[in-house]
Amino acid sequence: MTASAPAAHLAQLNVATLLHPFDDPRMTPFVEMLDPVNSAADGAPGFVWRLVEEGAADATGLRPAGENVIVNLSVWETQEALWDFTYRSGHLEVVRRRREWFERHVEAHLVLWWVRAGHLPTVGEALERLADLRAHGPSPRAFTFASAYTAAEAAPHLAAMRPAQPGQTTRSVRPAPAAGSAAVQVASTGAGGQARF
Amino acid sequence: MKDIDSIALLQDPVRRRLYEYVAAQGREVGRNEAAEAAGVARTLAAHHLDKLTEAGLLECASRRLTGRSGPGAGRPAKVYTRARVERSVSLPARDYRTAAELLAEAAEQAGLDAGLCAAAHRRGEALRGSAAPCGSLEEAMRVLAARGYEPHLEGAESADGVQAAEDSEGTAAGAPPVVRMRNCPFHAVAERFPPLVCGMNLALLEGLLGTDGPVRARMDARPGECCVVVENSKNNDD
Repeated sequence: MTASAPAAHLAQLNVATLLHPFDDPRMTPFVEMLDPVNSAADGAPGFVWRLVEEGAADATGLRPAGENVIVNLSVWETQEALWDFTYRSGHLEVVRRRREWFERHVEAHLVLWWVRAGHLPTVGEALERLADLRAHGPSPRAFTFASAYTAAEAAPHLAAMRPAQPGQTTRSVRPAPAAGSAAVQVASTGAGGQARF
Repeated sequence: MKDIDSIALLQDPVRRRLYEYVAAQGREVGRNEAAEAAGVARTLAAHHLDKLTEAGLLECASRRLTGRSGPGAGRPAKVYTRARVERSVSLPARDYRTAAELLAEAAEQAGLDAGLCAAAHRRGEALRGSAAPCGSLEEAMRVLAARGYEPHLEGAESADGVQAAEDSEGTAAGAPPVVRMRNCPFHAVAERFPPLVCGMNLALLEGLLGTDGPVRARMDARPGECCVVVENSKNNDD
């Protein structure tokens, strides 16, 4: 069945609970790193798309998981590409200093899952994956770097998700060119919250 | 082949020189170049390079070194790089890696980054002893080499200039020199807990080199290398 697995991209959601309000001077070093790090993400090998608030420079103003919780949602061609950006780019300096800015999470704060190439995950879908990981542990539906599954392993779940969420797959139904160029445009309009902790 | 058997192959002095030369280049090395560096004939070098490859210490690939292809381009040449896999032997058997992974996992869950970095900084200072902060990039290279970081100078005119230029295609000409490191001594745990262990590594190097001297350590991670670079302090004073 997995022999004809569709082209897949890796989606990631990260949530981070702020220790201080975003405009607090103690947050300034983090805020100042957002633009350069997000620019680096846009140019990173394997980058596909990231969430940006409409009319804003990044996604840090969106607070779908709580008033003091910033979210970061992006899509990458491979897990290696995401890992290299997260931990082998200027982004590492952001995560190194995470304790200065963010609460330590007892529950999982990062979730990865495979999507069909061209599908741009919604925040709701992303939060569902995080809830899945927290409730059931790592699975092909929702996993972490340390407990990763391949796209082939997740292929049955890719297929299963489709009819279950018709509203969310409208963009993925349109194949690569349209969805792809839309993603690039969104990404190029400005920086987004690319930090993962 | 067991680790102890692979490592035992290095007892042969020619093999050892070939291995160390290939490992130090951080790029693919051809048979002729390796033979010249080891001071032996090409056929002997080829024999030993293939032994090292069979033992899993080197990896081998085929390249057309001339850049030509098609008829007349000649046979592809064999090129060698150091194998990525780790080899170790401990007698009696010790397992510090499992201990390190468990301690790192617990430290990560408990959010002990600050305490770990403080300990690493103190250790770095203790290793430096009573010496003044590191005085130059050249001195930093020696200190780092002694600790297994495999440092190389990038973006500078030096004896290593040609190599540096090859390595730094993304670096503009005239960029300030910077010491990069090919090897992460904490690789296995750094891969599993990057923010925690890379932060520890930076703090260790800050203690080792000093934070108020002529050179400074800074985080500048790249794929496949140590996450820290060392540069002249004056380049980035702001």
